[in-house]
Amino acid sequence: MSDRGHLKKTAHLAEVPASWESGPRGARPRRLLSTRTIVVYGTLFVAAAYYLLPLYVMIVTSLKGMPEIRLGNIFSPPLEITFEPWVKAWSSACTGLNCDGLSRGFWNSVMITVPSTAISIAIASINGYALSNWRFKGADIFFTILIVGAFIPYQVMLYPIVIVLREIGLYGSLSGLVIVHTIFGMPILTLLFRNYFAGLPEELFKAARVDGAGFWGIYLKIMVPMSLPIFVVAMILQVTGIWNDFLFGVVFTRPEYYPMTVQLNNIVNSVQGVKEYNVNMAATILTGAVPLLVYFVSGRLFVRGIAAGAVKG
Amino acid sequence: MTSVSVKDLRLSFGQVTVLDQLNLDIQEGEFLVLLGSSGCGKSTLLNCIAGLLDITDGQIFINGRNVTWDEPKDRGIGMVFQSYALYPQMTVEKNLSFGLKVAKMPQGEIDKRVARAAEILQIGPLLKRKPSELSGGQRQRVAIGRALVRDVDVFLFDEPLSNLDAKLRSELRVEIKRLHQSLKNTMIYVTHDQIEALTLADRIAIMKGGVIQQLADPNTIYNAPKNMFVAGFIGSPSMNFLRGEIAADAAGRPAVVAGGVTFSLDGYHAGETLVPGRKVVLGVRPEHVKVDEPGGTGEVHEATVDIEEPMGADNLLWLKHAGHTMAVRTAGSRRFSPGTRVRLTFDMTLASLFDAESEERI
Repeated sequence: MSDRGHLKKTAHLAEVPASWESGPRGARPRRLLSTRTIVVYGTLFVAAAYYLLPLYVMIVTSLKGMPEIRLGNIFSPPLEITFEPWVKAWSSACTGLNCDGLSRGFWNSVMITVPSTAISIAIASINGYALSNWRFKGADIFFTILIVGAFIPYQVMLYPIVIVLREIGLYGSLSGLVIVHTIFGMPILTLLFRNYFAGLPEELFKAARVDGAGFWGIYLKIMVPMSLPIFVVAMILQVTGIWNDFLFGVVFTRPEYYPMTVQLNNIVNSVQGVKEYNVNMAATILTGAVPLLVYFVSGRLFVRGIAAGAVKG
Repeated sequence: MTSVSVKDLRLSFGQVTVLDQLNLDIQEGEFLVLLGSSGCGKSTLLNCIAGLLDITDGQIFINGRNVTWDEPKDRGIGMVFQSYALYPQMTVEKNLSFGLKVAKMPQGEIDKRVARAAEILQIGPLLKRKPSELSGGQRQRVAIGRALVRDVDVFLFDEPLSNLDAKLRSELRVEIKRLHQSLKNTMIYVTHDQIEALTLADRIAIMKGGVIQQLADPNTIYNAPKNMFVAGFIGSPSMNFLRGEIAADAAGRPAVVAGGVTFSLDGYHAGETLVPGRKVVLGVRPEHVKVDEPGGTGEVHEATVDIEEPMGADNLLWLKHAGHTMAVRTAGSRRFSPGTRVRLTFDMTLASLFDAESEERI
């Protein structure tokens, strides 16, 4: 009896607390369809569609046969899904005289990208470390020269580099292209690493020196383990940059070493025969798949590293 | 025996000279505090002693050995930093043993030293943790441990407590003092906190603009500051400065006339003769003024209570006295309401007198 009375009383209180003033209380109510949400989501939707629509068209077209493509309904999904164009793009599409598809270009690109990325990151990180922590005489001048290099248009340097490579006997070889990519990655990567290392607490470096670690000891045991995000950022920048490169690939190599991008161009732009749109689309997606994959796998680290490198230093 | 000796040290960055003609001798087992506001060169001096900054001119000796060109690791020093500077990817144990591993010490000896440091600092249970899993106080203990395992003669502390909250700071301060008492190493300690300086130091070196203003034990620094900067820097609230000039009081003895009021200098030990008419500054610490105390000797001054700041243990009064504002410390149990007239007596044996021109102690 008394229990029931007590319950009733509290229930009553929860509804209308007698001692509280009337008026707003608690969390502010939010309307689901305010102007603000419509504008925000509308803009996001438009931006997303703008980028996703071409991708959709590519995927859909690459899965269609040529007769279906000729109907002209580029937005409609395939009536009959076929993977034939993908197989052809990879293994038997013709570029010039060779008819072994993009696979050759893929392996060329791998052999260009992997060493270029590894070597350029290794050198640039040591550069950045030396520039930010071991303030040697002329460090600022050295750094300025390096940064100025980043602003000179590549086209200006093409011909001189061709001559330099020819003189040292590397013109047309894969290693020549690797060297070019490594050098051209240096300014921006050095800047990236320098700023990141400058953002690490200086006292850490001092403590390691008091502990007796030298130039390489501090770099390998203290700095590198602390810098995973910026290494990932550098890796993404280099992999996408070098993989997507067309200009250096076409200028500095012979046809048997053409990277995937050059081969793609040769497939798509071939003037003879029928335009196989489905094969072209499949080839394009295959070429773009590697950078895309790199983004998906390490995108979160990328954002973190860019933020860490950008804010400080 | 001299443990650390700095001779004619000069440090300049391009055109800017940070330290010039600096000399400092630190005895073995001494706890020396370098005290000053930020930018006074105290941390710079410590970094020079540690070998983390290349000096421009002069010499540095540690334990009688000229270490001027030696690397930090070869100087026989351990250093503790403000931001702890623990290696974030290593466990506490690895942090402690890193320097020993770099020096290629046998593993058995490393384990022994780490265990000893962990015992002294009571961080044994934390050895397997990463620095990010430790509190600020624990981190600073590990940082001290890293200096401890190196088994060095000289410890350098660069504002080690500044990142901690007030409670932890006072706890760790006591521990550093205890550590010094048991280890008896030479310690050089940089801080901007005068309480740390006064409580820890055997001797304090107060710095300003790269120059050591006074080097003395805490008692001398507090009671007989060498110049007005030292006098104003040490003590909270700072010393009351009364500007005036030397005159003779009614009995013909030297006195200071400030704001139309005469302060007899009876009991003050001046280092030189006081010529009447000389412009001077009389410095009186807030606790060296007595309020409304009967039977006091010396002359009595009248003042009005302006503001009262009760601080628990004591009660700080801001008084209006002959045109000056003066801070006076009284017992916490005594309360005064604003506007009250009070009678002040000054203890001239503990006062300080400075030349108004040079600001040096007379």
